Amino acid sequence: MISGGSDTSYRKQSVVGRRMFILSTAKLVVFGGIIAQLFSLQINQNKKYLTLSDKNRLREWKLPPIRGDFQDFFGNIIAGNLKVYQLHIIPEQVENFNNLIIRVKDILELDQKTFNKIIKKKNSQKPWETLIISENLSWDQFVKINFYLHELSGVKPVLSVARSYPYNENYTHLLGYVAQASQNDLTNNDEIKKKHVPGLRVGKIGLERSLENDLIGMNGVQRYEVNAYGKRINQIDHIEGQKGKSVRLTVDTKIQQKCNELLKDRAGSISVMDIYTGDILAMHSSPSFDPNLFLYGISYENWEAIRNNPKKPLINRSITGLYPPGSTIKPIVALSALENNVISPNFKVNCSGKIEMYGQTYNCWKKKGHGVVNLRDALKVSCDTFFYEMSRRLGVDRLNETAKKFGLGNKVFNNIFNEEKAGLVPSTEWKKNALGRGWVLGETLITGIGQGYIQTTPLQLCLMTAQLANGGFKINPKLIVNKDDLTFEDIKSKMSKNLEKKIEGPDFDNALVDLGMSSSKDDNLYSPLFRNQENVKFVLEAMFASTNEVRGTSFSSRIEDKKYQFAGKTGTSQVKRITEAQRELDLDISQIPYEDRDHALYIAFGPYKNPRYAMSVFIEHGGSGGSTAAPMAKKLFKVVIDRHEEREKYKQKNINFVA
Amino acid sequence: MFQETALSGQITFFQKLRSLDYILLFCLIILGLISSLSMYSTEGGEVLYHTKSHVIRFIVFFSMMLIFSFVNLKLWHSIGYIFYFVVLCLLIWASLYGVKASGSQRWVDLYFINLQPSELMKVAIIMCFAKFYHRTQIHLVNSFKNIIIPMVVLIVPILLVVSQPDLGTSILIGLSGLVVLWLSGVNAKYFIYSSLILLISLPFVISFLKPYQKLRILTFFNPDRDPLGAGYQIIQSKIAVGSGGLSGKGFLKGTQSYLDFLPEKHTDFIFTLFSEEHGFIGSVLLLFLYAIIIYRTAKIGASARSFFGKLFCYGFASSIFIYVTVNMSMVLGLLPIVGSPLPIMSYGGSSMLATMIGFSVVMSTKIYQKQIIA
Repeated sequence: MISGGSDTSYRKQSVVGRRMFILSTAKLVVFGGIIAQLFSLQINQNKKYLTLSDKNRLREWKLPPIRGDFQDFFGNIIAGNLKVYQLHIIPEQVENFNNLIIRVKDILELDQKTFNKIIKKKNSQKPWETLIISENLSWDQFVKINFYLHELSGVKPVLSVARSYPYNENYTHLLGYVAQASQNDLTNNDEIKKKHVPGLRVGKIGLERSLENDLIGMNGVQRYEVNAYGKRINQIDHIEGQKGKSVRLTVDTKIQQKCNELLKDRAGSISVMDIYTGDILAMHSSPSFDPNLFLYGISYENWEAIRNNPKKPLINRSITGLYPPGSTIKPIVALSALENNVISPNFKVNCSGKIEMYGQTYNCWKKKGHGVVNLRDALKVSCDTFFYEMSRRLGVDRLNETAKKFGLGNKVFNNIFNEEKAGLVPSTEWKKNALGRGWVLGETLITGIGQGYIQTTPLQLCLMTAQLANGGFKINPKLIVNKDDLTFEDIKSKMSKNLEKKIEGPDFDNALVDLGMSSSKDDNLYSPLFRNQENVKFVLEAMFASTNEVRGTSFSSRIEDKKYQFAGKTGTSQVKRITEAQRELDLDISQIPYEDRDHALYIAFGPYKNPRYAMSVFIEHGGSGGSTAAPMAKKLFKVVIDRHEEREKYKQKNINFVA
Repeated sequence: MFQETALSGQITFFQKLRSLDYILLFCLIILGLISSLSMYSTEGGEVLYHTKSHVIRFIVFFSMMLIFSFVNLKLWHSIGYIFYFVVLCLLIWASLYGVKASGSQRWVDLYFINLQPSELMKVAIIMCFAKFYHRTQIHLVNSFKNIIIPMVVLIVPILLVVSQPDLGTSILIGLSGLVVLWLSGVNAKYFIYSSLILLISLPFVISFLKPYQKLRILTFFNPDRDPLGAGYQIIQSKIAVGSGGLSGKGFLKGTQSYLDFLPEKHTDFIFTLFSEEHGFIGSVLLLFLYAIIIYRTAKIGASARSFFGKLFCYGFASSIFIYVTVNMSMVLGLLPIVGSPLPIMSYGGSSMLATMIGFSVVMSTKIYQKQIIA
């Protein structure tokens, strides 16, 4: 039986057929829509999605860049890189971190403290960041870890490099040191930010910091294909990194080491400079510390020891230590007086041990007095009374002008050391601005013997001495050897050319600078700092007398051998005002508390016949310059002059050698 | 002569064999092959668990389909309601004692197979409605009784599936049912009214959705809202498809898939993998293959004399279309992510079984196309 009859059946069929037709049309439209979307994704936006897909699957790992070396003048590495074995874990890729880390702890025999530190570090960083378990595995530990490696999945022994300072405490203040980059380093230096990888060491102070961008080098890159869980599947690419630039310094390790040896157990600084090229042969601040301690994070005990050392090893005395120069200023005072025609060399003062002026007594260091002295004698015996009288006539402002010209009161370097101090050479204007009070004439007197407001760094004194010793020409003190550095001969001929020019058209260049028309300081380089070179020569001769003639303040430290013979000037600067009662007591140095003892200073240049080097020796609370500082200079001079030949030979051999 | 024997129900085995739709069978085999290769690709070019069991299932269920094709259409017609009730019971069973996995209770443990009755319901509802409207006279189709009964028949399994919870399958069941209702002549105004009601009640419906389902809908409108969370699937899927380009990255070279960026690549996102590896050309060809299958199925329906056969074929063809459309639209970012497999391509025994049962009926309709069912 046919249900519903053929009519109903027919109508049913026609309805379903009609509706199926409508539906099929709709289906075609919908499929068309799907194709359109496929077209849009795969053809129109293919590039965009390909990029996204690559972004998904490719991940780059930056490798730590290898830091450039520091070399001394002779090419010896004074800051280099050592191979070290490290242990890394990426916590995200480890199934059971806690089990693993305890196993590692047992194998490496880590103590509880180190272990806790690792756990703390792990909790503070993201799970996909590399956790450095040990920065410096011993060979034994490395072997042991490799032995158990198959059961330590997720642990990676890594061969890495670390900074090393082979001369330990010798170059600490000069080079500075590196330590893990801090947040501050990242925000302040884009280069560091760009190249940062976990555990990257960057310079914290000294040359390591200021030359960071040259030293840092280029990251190597490993490009891996990773899966959705960040696991590396294939290495796609490996780009070798580039080692940072090596920097060759002007320093001589032998001399630097000698300075360190001389200053052993004392607080102080020694600087040695080539008086023509400005090359700094040595610059040491004592006490120092071993910068290698900072590499892996300094231990609390070591840090406390350094921090609590009363002699303050963290301070770089050579450039940040500000001290009254004492009698070492006298050559400049004398020069200034001569230059300004305040006195003639024949001017005489009768020193009775003290002088009454402006209702106050000013004492000479020698209680009995020097008798009648002229300028040469006054420098030789360092007669304070003479200098009181001469300064009075000179006035502080004219002294200020000369002292500044010769390098006092200004930073020696531009931008190498953040912490460098400019020091202070007082003037009437300065006092009015800084202290709001008028200049007192008595202050001129004590400024004339290097006390009172005046403050200089040991390196400034060295530069001052060098610029006197080369005949009074401006030089460029430097630590880094550059390709285009002028040779000694070039500089000498430049100086004599500048001198001729000066004689022909007096002071034209200086006048321009003074008028602010010639702004560049470098234009002034190797040009005369004096009005009349005879004045400079007079001062140098007096310094020779001070060292090499009987009654000279450093006569006992003289060297008679012409090859080593040097000239110098002692300085003893007071830390505390000495009362009349104390002066009467005339205590021996050992009876005075350390902090109240005088600073001992000595400036020198030599060899006297043909000067090439200048130095300044500074001993904090070292007593008198003549007894403490000058003997050190004597010992050092021998080394410096002996090294001179080596240096010249090396220069000849490596005429174009720049690290 | 042929008509005579057909009318009398006497068809020889040889005639039956000859009257099979070979184009359709061929397309299904091609699809089975493509799906097996895709499965092989999901496993990174190794024959592992998924590939093996997919191939076995395809072979077993395809053979089963061939055998069942020879079952007289009358028999399919006669078990139309029973099939629906059995599946309904299984659904109830699943919601009571079912196997739980990843937060929903969809499976019945039948010892040899973990059956997902909701998948079978997709076919059962079509068969049930085909029988219902086969017996209903055209002028009674829009009577109150004949509107209410199908509604209940449709809504009960939907509610059961929604509560598993499985939004995707319940939507597909609903759409399959509705499309049969539409084909069988239910007044268009009912569809218009009910869609209006649905639109108005949408906010209320959404408020009853599980949080993750709401998230999916929100994510659909803005996948970048939470690129590592809810938006991850759709973003990664679009990246995979988009990066495939014109001709694809090549077989076994879909980086999105083998590096595991692609979620659910065996099941709902199998088309994404295929599209990444074979590009626009491959995708359009695959879509074309589905179009042929749908067309052949509908064509069998068009030439069927029995209303049951016709309605089933039309209904089944349309639901295949719906599955394909929903799945592809979903992975291409045109629809929110709801769990919906791509027929035959996606991994899943129950879905494959249901699809093959459907094709058995279609083939049976072809063999018995002249048959009139009382």
